[in-house]
Amino acid sequence: MIGGLFIYNHKGEVLISRVYRDDIGRNAVDAFRVNVIHARQQVRSPVTNIARTSFFHVKRSNIWLAAVTKQNVNAAMVFEFLYKMCDVMTAYFGKISEENIKNNFVLIYELLDEILDFGYPQNSETGALKTFITQTGIKSQSKEEQSQITSQVTGQIGWRREGIKYRRNELFLDVLESVNLLMSPQGQVLSAHVSGRVVMKSYLSGMPECKFGMNDKIVIDKQGKGGASEEAAAGKSDLGGSGGGGGKQSIAIDDCTFHQCVRLSKFDAERSISFIPPDGECELMRYRTTKDIILPFRVIPLVREVGRTKLEVKVVIKSNFKPSLLAQKIEVRIPTPLNTSGVQVICMKGKAKYKASENAIVWKIKRMAGMKESQISAEIELLPTNDKKKWARPPISMNFEVPFAPSGLKVRYLKVFEPKLNYSDHDVIKWVRYIGRSGIYETRC
Amino acid sequence: MTDSKYFTTTKKGEIFELKAELNSDKKEKKKEAVKKVIASMTVGKDVSALFPDVVNCMQTDNLELKKLVYLYLMNYAKSQPDMAIMAVNTFVKDCEDPNPLIRALAVRTMGCIRVDKITEYLCEPLRKCLKDEDPYVRKTAAVCVAKLHDINAQLVEDQGFLDTLKDLISDSNPMVVANAVAALSEIAESHPNSNLLDLNPQSINKLLTALNECTEWGQIFILDCLANYTPRDDRESQSICERVTPRLSHANSAVVLSAVKVLMKFMEMLPKDLDYYGTLLKKLAPPLVTLLSAEPELQYVALRNINLIVQKRPEILKHEMKVFFVKYNDPIYVKLEKLDIMIRLASQANIAQVLAELKEYATEVDVDFVRKAVRAIGRCAIKVEQSAERCVSTLLDLIQTKVNYVVQEAIVVIKDIFRKYPNKYESVIATLCENLDSLDEPEARAAMIWIVGEYAERIDNADELLESFLEGFHDESTQVQLQLLTAIVKLFLKKPTETQELVQQVLSLATQDSDNPDLRDRGYIYWRLLSTDPVAAKEVVLAEKPLISEETDLIEPTLLEELICHIGTLASVYHKPPSAFVEGSRGVMHKRLPARTGSGEGTECPDVGNAAGGSAPEAAPSIIPSQGDLLGDLLNLDLAPPTTTGPTPSTSGMQMGGMDLLGGGLESLVGTLGGDIGGSPAMGAGFGAAPAVMPASLNAPVGGGLGDLFDLGGGVGMPMGAYIPPKTVWLPAMKAKGLEISGTFARRAGVIQMELVLTNKAMSVMTDFAIQFNRNSFGLAPAGPLQVLTPLGPNQTIEVSLPLSTVGPVMKMDPLNNLQVAVKNNIDVFYFSCQYPISMLFVEDGKMERQVFLATWKDIPNDNESQFQIQDCHLNSEAASNKLQGSNIFTIAKRTVEGQDMLYMSIKLSNGIWVLAELKVQAGNPNYTVIELPASEIAAQINASEFKQQTDLNINCSEETVN
Repeated sequence: MIGGLFIYNHKGEVLISRVYRDDIGRNAVDAFRVNVIHARQQVRSPVTNIARTSFFHVKRSNIWLAAVTKQNVNAAMVFEFLYKMCDVMTAYFGKISEENIKNNFVLIYELLDEILDFGYPQNSETGALKTFITQTGIKSQSKEEQSQITSQVTGQIGWRREGIKYRRNELFLDVLESVNLLMSPQGQVLSAHVSGRVVMKSYLSGMPECKFGMNDKIVIDKQGKGGASEEAAAGKSDLGGSGGGGGKQSIAIDDCTFHQCVRLSKFDAERSISFIPPDGECELMRYRTTKDIILPFRVIPLVREVGRTKLEVKVVIKSNFKPSLLAQKIEVRIPTPLNTSGVQVICMKGKAKYKASENAIVWKIKRMAGMKESQISAEIELLPTNDKKKWARPPISMNFEVPFAPSGLKVRYLKVFEPKLNYSDHDVIKWVRYIGRSGIYETRC
Repeated sequence: MTDSKYFTTTKKGEIFELKAELNSDKKEKKKEAVKKVIASMTVGKDVSALFPDVVNCMQTDNLELKKLVYLYLMNYAKSQPDMAIMAVNTFVKDCEDPNPLIRALAVRTMGCIRVDKITEYLCEPLRKCLKDEDPYVRKTAAVCVAKLHDINAQLVEDQGFLDTLKDLISDSNPMVVANAVAALSEIAESHPNSNLLDLNPQSINKLLTALNECTEWGQIFILDCLANYTPRDDRESQSICERVTPRLSHANSAVVLSAVKVLMKFMEMLPKDLDYYGTLLKKLAPPLVTLLSAEPELQYVALRNINLIVQKRPEILKHEMKVFFVKYNDPIYVKLEKLDIMIRLASQANIAQVLAELKEYATEVDVDFVRKAVRAIGRCAIKVEQSAERCVSTLLDLIQTKVNYVVQEAIVVIKDIFRKYPNKYESVIATLCENLDSLDEPEARAAMIWIVGEYAERIDNADELLESFLEGFHDESTQVQLQLLTAIVKLFLKKPTETQELVQQVLSLATQDSDNPDLRDRGYIYWRLLSTDPVAAKEVVLAEKPLISEETDLIEPTLLEELICHIGTLASVYHKPPSAFVEGSRGVMHKRLPARTGSGEGTECPDVGNAAGGSAPEAAPSIIPSQGDLLGDLLNLDLAPPTTTGPTPSTSGMQMGGMDLLGGGLESLVGTLGGDIGGSPAMGAGFGAAPAVMPASLNAPVGGGLGDLFDLGGGVGMPMGAYIPPKTVWLPAMKAKGLEISGTFARRAGVIQMELVLTNKAMSVMTDFAIQFNRNSFGLAPAGPLQVLTPLGPNQTIEVSLPLSTVGPVMKMDPLNNLQVAVKNNIDVFYFSCQYPISMLFVEDGKMERQVFLATWKDIPNDNESQFQIQDCHLNSEAASNKLQGSNIFTIAKRTVEGQDMLYMSIKLSNGIWVLAELKVQAGNPNYTVIELPASEIAAQINASEFKQQTDLNINCSEETVN
């Protein structure tokens, strides 16, 4: 198991050092600094073995977090724990920076004592932790409160405490997708996939039982055979989303993973998603699709080398979704060779600039409706060089945001039951929003 | 209220100031001071001098302050044990606190203080806490048992904490269960043989129930623990798999990987024709792909594991090539791993896409990555024949870029392509030669020199090219020097007229001016060859080369199996067994995949069914584990200095292997012997104990063989034909790049047969088998070539029978019946040694004339005689005689004296040596006695080894050489 946990600043000074196991000595702190942080070459692996001691590290801005062990630990667990540790710290004091860590070092030690015992990760749900690890020092608790805390920390529903009350029961669902594309210069899709997340913000009283439904192909097909079921009826309710791509009925999900509140065995057996949500925000589900993806933009590059000192670049972008919808924050990044001496750009729409420090022409468009087309052309002047190696031509990448889910996913319903309190599903105010963003959206040129 | 100010106190006399503050009356000031102390401690300053003052602050209601003091205690208690005792009272008191959080805190902290006296005081509070009404306290106490065990294992056992911990597995609270499982697993690891976890179907069921309810971390502990369990049969295995599969949808990648580990392991037990097996395979792919959308560090862990999974079960991800395409922004460690997996998945179906990708990668920035990409193109050419041409032209394009390291890498792989497809792509040699000057790395230079030497007849100026390298001969690395030497000799043999001077020059450089023994020796060998027999030299130097295999860097199968059992852990990231990087007793235990329960593919099982009757199949499985242990031992050998004293280090492992296996085999055979003959458990035990001692003497196999001769008698009435020992593994797959050879010897119709079973456990097809023996005591030699007509595909097994003659060259071996064998295939040449039963050499015309026998018997000096007893052989003299005749041991005469039957017997060995024996059989007494009179040294050895194992059969045996 984890033998120790260290946090360093960018200079390699220790900010936090907590040793859990006797086999980890103080010299481990220095070993990591010398061999990894101060190493001449860039680190080639997130796992480093120095003198039979293994170091796992992640970096958040300038801060290094390193877990140390001498045993054959579960490596995936160690990294998951480090990420979780970052999440918990962010939830407590915001951005992970040297200043914040120094300001909260007592709190961090307290957290580390709680979420890692003898190197074994314990309950690390912020919701639960915040009930008894507070920045203001411990409040005097009544006996009931104490046992409530302990039963929540160790209980089956470790992520939610009882007795939550809201005057207005409300929930927000965000379907956030990032669409990834790698396209050949000829317009052939080399690989495309959507990785999506369903983020839920809930402000619900009591211990509500929720059931979430979407247009999952497997469920829809099953219902098609079984006739109109209760869920199909629910599907007609107010949550029908506004898809951008048009009339896809159902989507094939390659794989999905769920927040720990979702009952996995139930999903495996019936493919229904039921859970008691944590209070506030949580990432309910992650999914991945590869079939029938709506690619919101198509990039058509044209690069021509005119002699040894000049390049002509023309890039056309086409938007491919309903004309009534608007894409935002569009940015096209066209790489330029290292020996570029000057660039002239002409674009029909938006603003384009050559950024020498980034070796790229950056073309920004604020808004663009569906089924439109725009174009940029540039003349790049090059300095003659003796370098034999040809320019690698990195791909043209693109960023954007569209108000629909490129995978075609739609939320069909989210039902809430709280048998003990007197509010019903109809009393809950529900909001759904779809946002499609570009992930790695590249076209080779 | 920021705490960062505590980091900035660097004044002199700081400790003194802190001391004053710690003793202040004001609570706030105290707390501030403790915070400062902790901050100093963190940055590595020694604040141990403040120990008494800090401990004084412990008695407080303020939980935050208390935690800080505890933190300090954990750090410094070890250096100040006497002072630490001051804290004990507070701990004990806190363990009784009404607040469960404080009780848990006290027991948690106390476990972290490694001071003996404190540990003693810990026992009582810990016992109470393990039974606390609050689950939070119980789950903390469970981990505390593991802490205590780490400090004082004996104490934990004496106090009975282990039993309490076991009880917690049935706790109503899932987190308590999870922590108890984690603690028990850790403790069990340091007691490899204890039955601590005692996993049985009931406890497994409890774990599976808790799995659905506990936190993500708890699920990991439970899944990792489940992976250590071996289900009884395929049905149990399937039901566990069914309950574990839902975990594949967990958001936590570690839960997913641990679930994959359990499934990969238990799948081994499922019959392949089962529908569920196919379903499971399909279910595994999507979660593995999803892992690749995690954060880069986790992607790296996942990719290292996928690399293993793809080698073990390529079918899972064969359609998922695209997800392994490298993204521009991937960190370099992810890129390199993806590339590795791409090559493993490359096949005819996707090769076009893969090549296009690889070509892109070869233009990237990172040098290592580019090199690997170029190398990958070469490997594609070798792996997928249809793509070879395209690969070669891609490589030529890359050479045109003139980027130095790309060119060098390309030349290295083109050399391999030439070896794989001779006489196909030589047209590109001209292009390669153009780049001769730019090569500065030894590997590339050596590759280029090899090409020039190999194709010297097609390169007009080959001599000039090689000569140019010769100028700086002494500055080259050994690799290049050796290659240059060989290349020039090749050139000379091809164009003797023009290059005489050159070859003399290189030979004298190698033999006279070099300090490198390898180079010198090779130089001398060439020199002698060329001067004595140029034709032979041509045959040797220009001999046809074996083809190179498709997959070069596969993980050796037994290691792969072990690593599969460690999916998700560091071992799977390093691709090394835990013993390679973990100190001490932990991780020494080798994990293995379970054996399939169906008897369908029992190729490893020795073929004892016919010889030993019905009980053999039950005995057989006991051989397999011993094989596994053996392989485990071999792995250990790599890390520790070998303890055996074999003839050479490289063969010692193998010989030990042979012995261990035979030991195991013997044991099981003896089991059947006892059962067949009359169920005498005493004998079974006696024999069973033997292997433990025997490994010291290499005679064991012979003894086993002869023992079996008698075993035959226990069967039905009239056994015909000679005894055939069961097949044993001679060459384990891990020693031979996936080729496993097991076999035995038999004598059928007067011909000695070597019966071999060849199993291909690698992933590539094996062809071109050939076999050769070293000189041996009885001149055994193959009477014909090894008949393997069809190529041996992955996981295929073939049985071959090789007739042997006894006219080969003779050299006395130790032990006498040792046989050293070399087997060649398209991948490499492998060596192993095996031992044949002497009885195989007993010829059919071994029946001596009565008179001759009598005369000879008298002539043999007494001191050649040896005498042995064979115990518990329930045969009468007639049955024994019949039985032995089956193995060409002939009874010449029989007489009965005082109720004892005396059998006089003769044996003739294939080399003409006679062995005479007297066998005393006492009616009603199952004990036999053997007496023998060896006339020659060889015979003495035979006797000593042969009859050592024979108890009770009283054979009076003498021998002489008849020429």
